[in-house]
Amino acid sequence: MKSIRSFPRRIAAKMVGRTIALLVRFLTAVRANWQGIEPINKQRVYYANHVSNADMPMIWSCLPPNMRRNVRPVAAADYWLKNKVRAFVGPEVFNCVLVDRRPEARETGHNPMKNIIDALDAGSSLIIFPEGNRNMTKDPLLPFKAGLYNMGLARPEIDLIPTWIANVTEIMPKGEVIPLPLICTVTFGEPIHVQDGEDKNTFLERASNALVSLAPKEEKL
Amino acid sequence: MTSTTSDLLSLFAATCGLMAVLTFMGELLRIRAGDDNPVVLTFMTRLRSWWGMIILFTLALIIGKFGILVLFAFASFAALREFLTLTSKRRADHLSLALAFFVVLPLQYVFVGLDWQGLYTVFIPVYAFLLLPIVSVMRGNSERFLVRVAETQWALMITVFCMSHVPALLTIQIEGYPADRGILLIAFLIMVVQFGDLLDFFFGRRFGKTRIIPEISAKTWEGMAGGVISATIIGGLLAWMTPFSILGAMGMAAIASLVGSFGNMVFAAIKRDRDVKDWSHLIPGQGGFIDQLDSVIFAAPVFYHITTLIWT
Repeated sequence: MKSIRSFPRRIAAKMVGRTIALLVRFLTAVRANWQGIEPINKQRVYYANHVSNADMPMIWSCLPPNMRRNVRPVAAADYWLKNKVRAFVGPEVFNCVLVDRRPEARETGHNPMKNIIDALDAGSSLIIFPEGNRNMTKDPLLPFKAGLYNMGLARPEIDLIPTWIANVTEIMPKGEVIPLPLICTVTFGEPIHVQDGEDKNTFLERASNALVSLAPKEEKL
Repeated sequence: MTSTTSDLLSLFAATCGLMAVLTFMGELLRIRAGDDNPVVLTFMTRLRSWWGMIILFTLALIIGKFGILVLFAFASFAALREFLTLTSKRRADHLSLALAFFVVLPLQYVFVGLDWQGLYTVFIPVYAFLLLPIVSVMRGNSERFLVRVAETQWALMITVFCMSHVPALLTIQIEGYPADRGILLIAFLIMVVQFGDLLDFFFGRRFGKTRIIPEISAKTWEGMAGGVISATIIGGLLAWMTPFSILGAMGMAAIASLVGSFGNMVFAAIKRDRDVKDWSHLIPGQGGFIDQLDSVIFAAPVFYHITTLIWT
């Protein structure tokens, strides 16, 4: 798929990517906290909490460039293909794995899991948001969708890394226009795997707990 | 080359010489105490970021007023961001926090740049103090309201108002002291406070026994005495940079270093309350901008006002 894109487009995508990473780092002073893993270029699935549209660029920006080149965020096709700008930024700058969440897409034979597994088999790391949607509730996490379990089951040797993004809601609450330049932290926890014979719900709960345990202790009153 | 610039360059050379001696001492300690000794490692990392800061600071001083203003505006921005990351806030405060970052902070430095003393000394304590809570209250959330507005105001006072008193030293006009030497007065303040800090750390580790506030900070009376006395002596040696007499310079250095040391403990209490070790991780191996500048922040307004009171 990459090869059919023209050379100038690829250069443009690279430059836009750099600019986004710089901007995100300036605005949020985002810091990676490598709590459970080392920042080395190994194939991994980073699964993260999702509260805002800035989440994915945030994780992406705080990865070292060599890791960033090899990571592909899993993202919603209906969002990233909505207009031309998004269609450039999503698939080309971030190199997203696009999945269609709408039920009517499945009827036409689209299998989101197949795209994800293909990307893993091509050697890419992934960023996924297993809650499926942005969390607008007061709970730390929404219940996870099955996707994380399915990829853990299909490719059990790949490390699944809980990744907690702190502070993003305060930077840009929904409905505000001006972002606040507060400091964000992305904490990477210890890898987990689907265990032999572990059923879906047990695993998803374990994965969810591993992620919540990375959240900073509540909280400035 | 003006006499101020050549003074500045010889000062830079002397500082580099002193830093070289300190680095050499650190290396000796490293050989004696071993590579993994945490005290020596801390000392060495501090020295290393010192080298970087000295070069940056000297560049700003050579550029002159504009360089100093930009450098400290940037330091204020970084410090305000560190501070407000840890304060209580609600969504209702979003606009007032945005105003703090993007309007109040730049305006304060513009007023300092315009030498508008009547405004920059009251802009944050009066106008921002009254305006920002009004902006917050309009959004109708009274939950922990006083805590929210008080913490925001404290952040602005400390990281913008106090910090801006460093470049504000340029605006003080003293008889018989050429205006362009103001940058040397800034260098004087920063040097006595920061060398006091460094030597406080050193004496504290060597001779420190009695902690001043054991619940809050590792600072000891012995370390502080060593730091303040050293700062006083350094102040006397650097009196030629200032409009003060030798005794006057020693007194000013002592006051600045003492206030700075206690300021450092005030910040330690805030960090302890918010359960963080450092304000951020923006200066490698060193912590945040506030960790680096806490004593200067406290010393600057006091230094500024005593200078205006006695020497103008």
